[in-house]
Amino acid sequence: MTTALHETGRPEPPLAAAERPATILQEHIVEIVSDSGEGAQKCGQTFGTVCAKMGNGVWTVEIIPAEIQPPARSPAGASGIRIRFASHTVTNMGDEADLVVAFNEQVLYSRIANGAYKQGTLVLLEDKWRDDPVPEIRAQYAKAVAEFRDNGLIVHELPIEQACLQILSNPRRGKNMFVLGMLSYLYARDQERAKEEIAIAFKRKGAEVIGLNHQLFEAGHAFAAEHLDFRFAVPPQPQEVLADTRFIVTNGNQAVGLGVMASGMELVSMYPITPATSASHYLADVYHEVGGFVHQAEDEIAAIGFAIGASYAGKTACTITSGPGLALKTEMLALAVMAEVPLVLVDVQRGGPSTGLPTKVEQGDLLAALFGEPGDAPKVVIAAATIEECLHFVVMARRLAETFRTPVVLLTDANLATGVQPYPRPEPKAEWLAPPVDQSEWTEDIPPYDWDARTGLSHRPIPGMPGGQYILTGLAHTTRSKVAYDSDSNQIGCNMRSRKLAALASTLKPPEVHGDQDGDLLLVSWGSTLGAVEEAVDRARAEGLSVSSLHLRFLSPLEPEIEAIFARFRRVMTVEINYSDDPETPLISRETRRYAQLATLLRAQSLVDVDSWSVVYGHPLQPGMIHGVIRERMAAMRTGGDA
Amino acid sequence: MFGLKADWSLEVFDRYFTIGDYAGGEARWCPGCGDHAVLSAAQRVLRDEQQKPELSVCVSGIGCSSRMPHYMGTYGFHGLHGRALPVACGIKARRPELDVWVATGDGDCFSIGTSHWIHAIRYNMDMTLMVFDNAIYGLTKAQTSPTTPMGLKTNTHPFGATIDPHNPLTITLGITNVSFVAQVVDWNPPLLYETLKAAYRHRGTAFVRIVQRCPVYAEEVFKELQNDPSRFLLLEHEKGIALDPSVRRQFPERIEHDPSDLASAFRVAADPGRFPLGLLYHAPEAPCYEDLSSQGSEMTPEQRLAGLDKVLDQLTI
Repeated sequence: MTTALHETGRPEPPLAAAERPATILQEHIVEIVSDSGEGAQKCGQTFGTVCAKMGNGVWTVEIIPAEIQPPARSPAGASGIRIRFASHTVTNMGDEADLVVAFNEQVLYSRIANGAYKQGTLVLLEDKWRDDPVPEIRAQYAKAVAEFRDNGLIVHELPIEQACLQILSNPRRGKNMFVLGMLSYLYARDQERAKEEIAIAFKRKGAEVIGLNHQLFEAGHAFAAEHLDFRFAVPPQPQEVLADTRFIVTNGNQAVGLGVMASGMELVSMYPITPATSASHYLADVYHEVGGFVHQAEDEIAAIGFAIGASYAGKTACTITSGPGLALKTEMLALAVMAEVPLVLVDVQRGGPSTGLPTKVEQGDLLAALFGEPGDAPKVVIAAATIEECLHFVVMARRLAETFRTPVVLLTDANLATGVQPYPRPEPKAEWLAPPVDQSEWTEDIPPYDWDARTGLSHRPIPGMPGGQYILTGLAHTTRSKVAYDSDSNQIGCNMRSRKLAALASTLKPPEVHGDQDGDLLLVSWGSTLGAVEEAVDRARAEGLSVSSLHLRFLSPLEPEIEAIFARFRRVMTVEINYSDDPETPLISRETRRYAQLATLLRAQSLVDVDSWSVVYGHPLQPGMIHGVIRERMAAMRTGGDA
Repeated sequence: MFGLKADWSLEVFDRYFTIGDYAGGEARWCPGCGDHAVLSAAQRVLRDEQQKPELSVCVSGIGCSSRMPHYMGTYGFHGLHGRALPVACGIKARRPELDVWVATGDGDCFSIGTSHWIHAIRYNMDMTLMVFDNAIYGLTKAQTSPTTPMGLKTNTHPFGATIDPHNPLTITLGITNVSFVAQVVDWNPPLLYETLKAAYRHRGTAFVRIVQRCPVYAEEVFKELQNDPSRFLLLEHEKGIALDPSVRRQFPERIEHDPSDLASAFRVAADPGRFPLGLLYHAPEAPCYEDLSSQGSEMTPEQRLAGLDKVLDQLTI
């Protein structure tokens, strides 16, 4: 596995491919990094799909620059993909990569700055820059390669472009499939499956393009056999995991789109915003198959207004957005709460207002989703923890919205939106679909808000129902939806809307603790961090540390018995991707410290001194990082008593 | 249960609706407010068209005029300031059989809801869009609106409004897919009624600017107009609004104007000297967005499940 390079950087004559033994591994993390537009993502997605089809657990995640066409050969322009595949289920992007294919040396700098690589990471580097006509580029290249080697990366300089030029004149388009061939050789992937995937990926481009890409693939395969003296094998998952299960491969946004279709919602009303928009792109492509329609509204407010109009008319609709869009939608959301209109709002979270961190991940909208509206606005807020849940939670959200006559906010994030993995194909059922619009006659003496005093629940008249005519209003209203001129009505209305959450909470099961049911430290998480947190907890537990984790999916109402679970641990700490003050910084005291968002909620709700650890680097949490935090906290608890 | 046809023969209805069926709560607008006239004209149109009250929805934003749904016996949606149109469009999106009326005002439509006004005209969904334009914010007590005449003293401009007002007619006429633009005054019931009826019957977004008196905050704006009918220009045409003889007597200045002629509509709308009344523009064949947005509504659960299976198959490995 060590470098086969001598001083000129040219490879030694290799062993014949067939003689080369493969190193058997439980998992490997591969990255392909390039300038924007060189097809690294398509290469990685195809590779990931082939791995999934061969029975590996897989997680892929795209590396996306902020600009559409950033300057070539710039660290900020790094565009690419990471594929983590294993002989077991993979739930997150993992830690440092084991192998990276780079189309130029500059893009590696940003990945190195992000801690994506470690000592011994194999780098397969395009070497054409070494002989570039521009002296500065030659110098940059030589300097970078030296630096990479000094830092412990194992760099293989390879004439990839030169080899591609024998097949096509513009290797910018095509190098990616050549690299796919190289990876297929290195990991002994099934070549026929890979070629099938190429045919699928280019099916719209025609037979000629498919043929050319097959040729590139084969050339890449042969090239790797000729130039590289190592191979790896990552065996499939055990047969019992795979047995009789059909899998689909999607990212989280596609899963949201599938959920919309499986829920029977016929309308998605949206305004473009990254990273949410690709859910609507996907729906726009396939929604007609189930008779649905994507409305691109003139702005975020109109998008939710349109959805509320459709919902009011009996066709519960969905609006999909990100944080800044949620901010714009708040008044409409509050109206839907107050007037009790069922609605599904999906917030694919990112960081910040404005353009913020458009392509990066943050769990920054929890408190905004819970409390962002004018006045009291009790609503259901749930968070998907996996890509699969992105699908099933939309189905659940529609049902909750209609049963409880309320908006439901579903939080996902950029990590789920861009992560791709195989998961069991859902078997849609008729009862998942929305029932037909009820147009039976309304009993006129039943008011439109005929609240059940215990649960706050009521049935709603829908336009078209004879005798049900009422005026939905944003004014404080009576059970008859009349403007409340008395002092009691607003209080009663607020009581009833709040009571619905208690009614929902009474139907929920307590969340399950991962690990021992009691111990020293309990990590509490929500959303996309589930896989990384549990992997970190498993590593720490394997070292004998007394740590467990608890993952929350319902944020409003909270799942029951949380306080009792907290009481079984010496310390409780949330792990989140949103801002909190580090307690060790100047001026920060117990009184001034701002906690992470879930911690703030749990402290208020449970009166337990919940600690938090959170960062806003914009990338998904990795198990290694959380593992390090667990070790630090456990060490601090040992030295500082219960601190 | 029955009514008389024009030829005195008996028409038997499944259900016969009277004005009372379209009436909701007692209107609480100020005495002398022009809104009362619009409400009764709309109710008369619904009665004369025998629209089932349960199939009609009156949508509004915020402001005096937006109280209208509360005074109707139909379904209603009294929502957010400026946001009546997105809600109205959403109602229509998957339930195109519902009859939608929108009540909005000069602040609601031309200021806080400007973007929705522009885009709703372009969507051209089948609805009657009544803009009650009293040139002032009434509900929030006398602030300058986008149509407040220059110099009018308001609480936000106590020394007089400082910028020339918008011309809602030329703006609306400039929007892609515009299909119906009319202007009326609240104090001429026959013209108001006939115009709302034409708007109701038009398939598409029928934009009706109703110049409407606010006797409390902007009385002088309309006094002048009311006292001098020669400042109006009544539009006549066989394709225009049916004109009662009393209307012709009231407004002596008249021209023949073909509502299918957009360039002429612009000229009439942009004339600073004359205030046009009647139908400025009508394009009955303009495409309606609900023809797109409602596609697939008829699919059965079985068809939907089959479609979903097909989509899942594409993703199955």
